[in-house]
Amino acid sequence: MLILHCPYCGVDAEETELHAGGEAHVKRFGPGSDDDQFHDYLFMRENPKGVHFERWQHANGCGKWFHVARCTATLEVFGTYPAQTTEPPQEIRDAITAKRPGWTWREFS
Amino acid sequence: MSEPISALNGARIEGIAVIEELGLQGMITLRGDHSDKGLVKAATGATGQKMPGQRQALVEGESGLCWMSPDELLVLVPYTEVDAKLVEMQKALGSSHARAVNVSDARAVFRVSGPNAREVLAKMAPVDLSPEGFKPGDFRRTRLAQVAAAFWMEEDGAFRIVCFRSVAGYVFNLLQIAAQPGSDVGAF
Repeated sequence: MLILHCPYCGVDAEETELHAGGEAHVKRFGPGSDDDQFHDYLFMRENPKGVHFERWQHANGCGKWFHVARCTATLEVFGTYPAQTTEPPQEIRDAITAKRPGWTWREFS
Repeated sequence: MSEPISALNGARIEGIAVIEELGLQGMITLRGDHSDKGLVKAATGATGQKMPGQRQALVEGESGLCWMSPDELLVLVPYTEVDAKLVEMQKALGSSHARAVNVSDARAVFRVSGPNAREVLAKMAPVDLSPEGFKPGDFRRTRLAQVAAAFWMEEDGAFRIVCFRSVAGYVFNLLQIAAQPGSDVGAF
């Protein structure tokens, strides 16, 4: 059972209060992009064993979307942060580096 | 016009806690920036309460303010005064980017009281309801078994539960089962 801290209402919410929203920080390619970019945007997702970034919604709660950095192998949660960002904040990256030195995920490390 | 009645018409049952469906309660959903002057004026003016902090409910009788999310408040007013309060609030909001909507008839309200009230709720909601974890004035939006609900604790240790009117029967049955005589766990 995952327990995630909602950065908006401050609750340590358990999984049944939350709704998973897939990968975080997906960069949108819309009008003006070429077919390859659009294809990658639509279909190509990370499927790592280890550090992963996801979107979650506090559905049975404040209703807000937020981001989570966690490990898919151990279910360890490195941190949660608000969704108003296009990349993981530095303190989240530091927290991951402390536990998984040398991690990379898409263009982040 | 037909007489408005509440979802379960004041159903009441006693077990290890007392479950009551409360009558009609005026409710206004107010969405907007909590620090916006117009919004603060509308919310506090309608209820005579201060702005609630994060996950806080400031309620006295039938009037009060509950913190729903960083941009949403639940404004409680007496049922008969909703329309007048709404007009007042619209005036106070002025040109603020905010929205106030009467949702009174979309909701049902329950009260769970008695020494085992915490336990009854803890059976259904994934919330820390220990005396250290949940105190009078605390407000929480969560789920009760399979439906969304919100509740807060009153000064006397009773809980006030708000849910959608369409699931009022389900919630009442849930509470009734959770409060069956002899079903106390003694966790708190």
